[in-house]
Amino acid sequence: MILLPCPWCGPRDADEFGYAGEIRPRPDPSTTTPAEWRGYLYLRRNTAGWTRERWFHRMGCRRYLVLERDTTNNDVRPSTDASSGSGS
Amino acid sequence: MAEAYSALALLRHGVTGRSWTPMWRERPLERGYPVVIIGGGVHGLATAYYLAANHGVTNVAVLDKGYLGGGGSGRNTAILRSNYLTVEGVRFYDRSLELYRGMASALNFNVMFSRRGHLTLAHSDTSLRTMRWRAEVNKASGVDSEVIGPDEVKRLVPEMDTSATARYPVLGALHHPPGGIVRHDAVVWGYARAADRLGVHLHQHTEVTGIEVSGGRVTGVRTNRGPIATPVVLNATAGWASTVSDMAGVPLPVQTFPLQAAVTEPVKPFLRTVVVSGTLHVYVSQTARGELVFGASVDPFASYSTRGSLEFTEGLAGHVLQLMPSLAKLRLLRQWAGLCDMTPDFAPVMGATDVAGFFLDVGWGTYGFKAGPVAGEAMAECIATGQTPEIISAFGLDRFAQGRLVGEKGAAAVGH
Ligand SMILES: Cc1cc2nc3c(=O)[nH]c(=O)nc-3n(C[C@H](O)[C@H](O)[C@H](O)COP(=O)(O)OP(=O)(O)OC[C@H]3O[C@@H](n4cnc5c(N)ncnc54)[C@H](O)[C@@H]3O)c2cc1C
Ligand SMILES: [Zn+2]
Repeated sequence: MILLPCPWCGPRDADEFGYAGEIRPRPDPSTTTPAEWRGYLYLRRNTAGWTRERWFHRMGCRRYLVLERDTTNNDVRPSTDASSGSGS
Repeated sequence: MAEAYSALALLRHGVTGRSWTPMWRERPLERGYPVVIIGGGVHGLATAYYLAANHGVTNVAVLDKGYLGGGGSGRNTAILRSNYLTVEGVRFYDRSLELYRGMASALNFNVMFSRRGHLTLAHSDTSLRTMRWRAEVNKASGVDSEVIGPDEVKRLVPEMDTSATARYPVLGALHHPPGGIVRHDAVVWGYARAADRLGVHLHQHTEVTGIEVSGGRVTGVRTNRGPIATPVVLNATAGWASTVSDMAGVPLPVQTFPLQAAVTEPVKPFLRTVVVSGTLHVYVSQTARGELVFGASVDPFASYSTRGSLEFTEGLAGHVLQLMPSLAKLRLLRQWAGLCDMTPDFAPVMGATDVAGFFLDVGWGTYGFKAGPVAGEAMAECIATGQTPEIISAFGLDRFAQGRLVGEKGAAAVGH
């Protein structure tokens, strides 16, 4: 079982969460080009190692959170970034 | 050179007790090769074989960080079919089936291809509608594919619960008689042996750690065994595709997800076809040895870890029993996972890139084993001639920047 640290509910079984994917910068829609926007939509870093990602606590507080995970072994730690858990 | 396999050779070895020569040789790692293929799965090996067999390019090196077939090619559930949803997909996978049919004699290796039919169940009106659509696309491309009703399903698989009171009643199925299963290891070994006989160098435990690019062209690769000069590199590393493409600075629309599978103890043969249920996220076939092989959809989050989970086994068992309650007493022998390089449109990424000499054969997701032969044939042509073959023209990396996605999800999400 993999436990994810929800900033509001504490450690919970990963099964309770929805995976929303790696966090990547979103281009400004008013200035971006179609090709750049499609890059944002489709390209992924797909890091093998520590990565920052967004999850949704769908069977808990139903809030979005940010955490860090080592994708090679699924070790998890709370995001060190100040915006952690601020949702969006 | 490895000897040819035949009834006579079998008799000779049986009588003399002499052991067989190894299927392929360990050769010294050279300082340079005209073509370097990264990844010793079915895709890398098939490309090497067709480069040598169809184009006379024999001085090829296949590098694998582990052992041949240690990736998805040795972990998949070996389902072959061509009843896809898009015209591009159908003709592509159908060519692969054709190559599979002739493979045993072409490679002089018994790959145990068993053409036993493939059933995709519909449990809702929506899936029945998608299946009618698929059947029409298939038939228009000359592929045998037909929607059948619950009675016909029951006739093909008597163990199936087709009652109207089932939690997910079977409303019908897409029946694809040319589909089947193959012995996946044999396909890998068959291509490896045939490529070796034509002069291809197979280097196991050789990990690529960097790709040299100068002036927009590939000039070599770095490995744990030293540098290799080369003007042509093929990335055929499936689940690891992003890590290798990063070395050449080519970002990919790929996310790596684990996919798990499991087998039961062997039992008397009873299941003649492959059965897939997208709604229940499960599929099953019976091997020549009698084991039932089960698979599902990918794990719920991206990862490079191949550790199995109890959630998978529990979900799988529950769903299998909804389809075939009589399997309740069967015991699972083992479960395992492999890495799948998923793309947004469930179609592969193949061909040249903006870095001259750097080619891709990735994005094989959960469905790439069946594509090994046709992908190898097409990539060999692409590398040898410098032209993108028509059969893979829809699968270029540039389709994402141009918004020309292929849209194969409806036929590939669960039924690999
Ligand atoms: C459980 C499961 C069931 C599946 N079922 C089916 C099915 O029924 N039908 C179907 O068609 N497909 C199926 N698939 C998908 C199929 O297995 C894959 O798409 C296919 O095997 C990919 O083959 P490949 O040769 O591209 O990659 P792989 O066989 O994964 O080979 C890639 C190789 O690259 C090597 N490598 C990686 N990085 C490096 C590096 N830096 N340097 C050197 N070598 C490197 C790895 O060691 C590996 O051997 C399934 C997959 C799984 C996991
Ligand atoms: Zn929560």
